[in-house]
Amino acid sequence: MSQALLTVIGEDRPGIVAAVTQALFTADCSIGDASMMRLGGYFTIMQIIEYPRDLGSVEMALDPAIKRLNLRVHLDPVSSVAPTADMPNTRVTVYGADHPGIVAGVTGALAAIGFNVIDLESESTGSPERPLYVMVIQGYAPEGTESVRKVVAPLREKEGVEIGVHPIESAVF
Amino acid sequence: MAVLPILTYPNARLQRKADPVSVFDDELHHFIDDLTETMYAGPGGVGIAAPQVDRAQRIVVVDVRPKLGDDCHGLMVLINPELAAWEGMAVGREGCMSVPDFTGNVIRAERIRVQAQDVLGRERSYECEGFEARAVQHEMDHLDGLLFLDRLVSRKVDLFRRKNYRK
Repeated sequence: MSQALLTVIGEDRPGIVAAVTQALFTADCSIGDASMMRLGGYFTIMQIIEYPRDLGSVEMALDPAIKRLNLRVHLDPVSSVAPTADMPNTRVTVYGADHPGIVAGVTGALAAIGFNVIDLESESTGSPERPLYVMVIQGYAPEGTESVRKVVAPLREKEGVEIGVHPIESAVF
Repeated sequence: MAVLPILTYPNARLQRKADPVSVFDDELHHFIDDLTETMYAGPGGVGIAAPQVDRAQRIVVVDVRPKLGDDCHGLMVLINPELAAWEGMAVGREGCMSVPDFTGNVIRAERIRVQAQDVLGRERSYECEGFEARAVQHEMDHLDGLLFLDRLVSRKVDLFRRKNYRK
């Protein structure tokens, strides 16, 4: 089995996930880690797939769904890289009046302390006159949650946003 | 004393509802000693339920001292436990000895009062909060055949729950 990263984008409507995964199933692919979500008016899929033959046959299997649902699809062969063991230990929540530079400012500060972003979700919301930006980042801070608190503290004033820093405790029971 | 083998998902015996304990004899004492030793030997080492070692009885052992030091009840043997009261909600990431290598977000009550019998059958009552309350709830779920996988929530739920319930 070889691995590929499959990206799918299409105007949001019911049936996209079913059509794509059914096509993959008929092409003898198996699905690994996946992120499927609506972004704006679009539905997006990014997933690791394992395929038995060549990527051409995966594309062929997806073709009817692509045409019927007007999807854009991209397949990247990837080598099998074992996932890193780092579990998220810190959650950073950011919200404030939307303006350019929030994400760059926050993630720049995090990168400076070696923070590894494991996932980031954000939403532009609020009314057109008063846009609100909400972002949740989960990741691994090698020097712990307190180091994150320190490094993002100056951004509250600089970017005019509220920033919460919370430890994520993973407990095995 | 002995370390007992742990059942792991998808073993269907983890999903059975456990029976109440009615006989408090030496055999039960020995089993609870073994269960406790098995808990301490595990990767988490803070809690275990009898169904995890293939005994379908309502027995839970929790000891969160490895995590919290002396700021907790220490070793609790909870036989036929019942949640008498609960309040608050919190999201936390949980894993389980019976579900190796996977962790996920689960919502639990922040504070609980649990009523149970001890190893001699005497009625006991414990008030727990935070991590200890989470451990007790996680283990009690095993008695009803539930795994934390049955209670997974997404990160988005996490965000909005926190907004609603935080003061």
